[in-house]
Amino acid sequence: MSAAFPKAAKVALGMPQLRSNLAHATGTIRDKRAKAAGELDDWQRLRDTAAAVKADVQHRMPELAVTFERNAIAAGATVHWARDAAEANAIAARITREAGAEEVVKIKSMATQETGLNEYFAAEGLAAWETDLAELIVQLAEDEPSHILVPAIHYNRTEIRDIFKGRMPDAPEGLTDDPAALAEAARLHLRRRFLSAKVAVSGANFAVAETGSLVVVESEGNGRMCLTMPETLISIVGIEKLLPCFEDLEVFMQLLPRSSTGERMNPYTSVWTGVAAGDGPQNVHIILLDNGRTDVLADEVGRQALSCIRCSACLNVCPVYERTGGHAYGHVYPGPIGAILAPQLEPGRHDDLPYASSLCGACYEVCPVKIDIPEVLVHLRQTGPHGVGEKAAMSAAEAVMARPRLWRAALGAARFFSRPWRRRGFMRRLPWPGSKWTASRDMPVPPGESFRDWWKERER
Amino acid sequence: MSRIGLFITCINDALYPQTPKAVVAVLERLGYEVDFPQDQTCCGQMHANSGYRKDAVRLAKSFDRVFGAYDAVVTPSGSCAAMAREQYPALIGGDIGERVYELSEFLLDHAGVEDVGARFPHTVAYHPTCHGTRVLGLGDKPLRLLRAVEGIELIDLPEADQCCGFGGTFALKNAEVSSAMLDDKRRHAAGTGAEYLAAADNSCLTHIGGGLSRAGGPEPIHYAEILASTE
Ligand code: SF4
Repeated sequence: MSAAFPKAAKVALGMPQLRSNLAHATGTIRDKRAKAAGELDDWQRLRDTAAAVKADVQHRMPELAVTFERNAIAAGATVHWARDAAEANAIAARITREAGAEEVVKIKSMATQETGLNEYFAAEGLAAWETDLAELIVQLAEDEPSHILVPAIHYNRTEIRDIFKGRMPDAPEGLTDDPAALAEAARLHLRRRFLSAKVAVSGANFAVAETGSLVVVESEGNGRMCLTMPETLISIVGIEKLLPCFEDLEVFMQLLPRSSTGERMNPYTSVWTGVAAGDGPQNVHIILLDNGRTDVLADEVGRQALSCIRCSACLNVCPVYERTGGHAYGHVYPGPIGAILAPQLEPGRHDDLPYASSLCGACYEVCPVKIDIPEVLVHLRQTGPHGVGEKAAMSAAEAVMARPRLWRAALGAARFFSRPWRRRGFMRRLPWPGSKWTASRDMPVPPGESFRDWWKERER
Repeated sequence: MSRIGLFITCINDALYPQTPKAVVAVLERLGYEVDFPQDQTCCGQMHANSGYRKDAVRLAKSFDRVFGAYDAVVTPSGSCAAMAREQYPALIGGDIGERVYELSEFLLDHAGVEDVGARFPHTVAYHPTCHGTRVLGLGDKPLRLLRAVEGIELIDLPEADQCCGFGGTFALKNAEVSSAMLDDKRRHAAGTGAEYLAAADNSCLTHIGGGLSRAGGPEPIHYAEILASTE
């Protein structure tokens, strides 16, 4: 069994700057979200509806995917099917070359993070430029994103200024860490890329089967530039992004901005349906991506993870994420959703992630599509592997607890054998594995008289 | 008269006899007769949540055998009540879970009492534990009972709804993260200046109290003990 998370978490916990950046950033978004969600009287009903729509999509996935394909083709798009990341990347690279291009501009997209498109392009001698501000920062820093929505959440603005100064060739002289100045520097840098790009790559927040439309929800307008200026547009879309009909967007467009950025409405929502003659990209390609999703679909409890709309509310409220940051999870999907999605998308790996949670339930409470994350965490723990020593200890505990006589004897024994470790009502240092507890906490000693003795005495 | 069974929980059985004693005192003061079936052990939560489903099923079945004949099972633990009510249906089927009440639910919803006739002239901060609040949906039930206690002064705990970092085996498997969460909870608790930190789960209080005993701060106490007090 992997122990990557506890190790990486320990490293992250030792970085005070990271912890303060994260606590500040997640705390701010958390409060904004709570306020924005609290404004809607029918918030809980919206969540129920969204969960029901997503469950319906999961039941009708093959049918909806084919309907989407038919309608997108009818509107002038070319639809490709990719079994896995490698296929999706290869298709995107081929289309790019066929368009006579060696580079693409990119809209922030989790699907292309998942397929590792940037790295694939680089290896193929092609370049993929991120145009979302936070993704740009991460790309310039040659770092990995650490949050679904705010990939550079682990940096503060001084660190961002330093990244721009050191790694952006056209960074203005005397750049300060004023947010407006940083945004302006990025804007100028990106403008040149938008104007010269022949191909853009995007993901999609929703794929409407009824009309064959794709929807991208964003804040900065970089997406709108990518979706309208280049001649060729390639969108890599996980099949779980399907929605049956256009009307369903009414529900999700209320839930998503309020849950992710805490805004009532996001600044830019782009919807496109195939090709519009003489307007926007004339070569529209859609790559429908499986990459493990149909296997997840086969698990009745685990499949709820496919309802995720990547709002990142669960990350922002998670006490574990807040302290470790996203990198510790070792997967593009960090936080509570990552803990249930990563081990399912890549079976046999990340099997320590379902344990990266105290099961406090804060994620479930905020999830706009009501994914019962604690339920899936427990389910994955129950179906995943266990360490040999732990397994033995757990069976031994069960064997005692399932036999009342043995249990009573064990309680008596614990009272007796805890004696050497007692210090003024507490045990301060226990031998392993108790030492993991007493490293930072005391353990109370068993009482002189148990409740059972007291009760027996009373009954007489 | 309905039959009430007391489920004291394994942690109270091992470490905190004063809590179930307090439950008995409160219920008897209100005129209820309580029974303590000797063969009770553990609800199976630790096994279920650590991924040992088969073991959890066996423990749940034994819970069902011990408590099956009671009309109501009362327990001073939000997380054990949540285990029975939320997880038993999927583990063993049946309806035993529906009859398991956390103490404050029993008092408010079943007995219809808010003022249990307690007196506790001390300052108290209250920590709403995660499973009680979020899984069981206790809301402010324990707090409502505490507000009715004579002489008590309740002090708000900052960021009260944040997890203390216990999480069962999480405290061992991810000990460093758990301790970092504990640090913040401990700091907030100590900052209230209260004499006591009350909660509806002794497992969480063991964790928070284990930290407080090193760095100083309020004394952990199960809220049932406050309800039982008449000092
Ligand atoms: S699991 Fe829910 S809360 Fe988390 S990112 Fe997905 S939709 Fe948002």
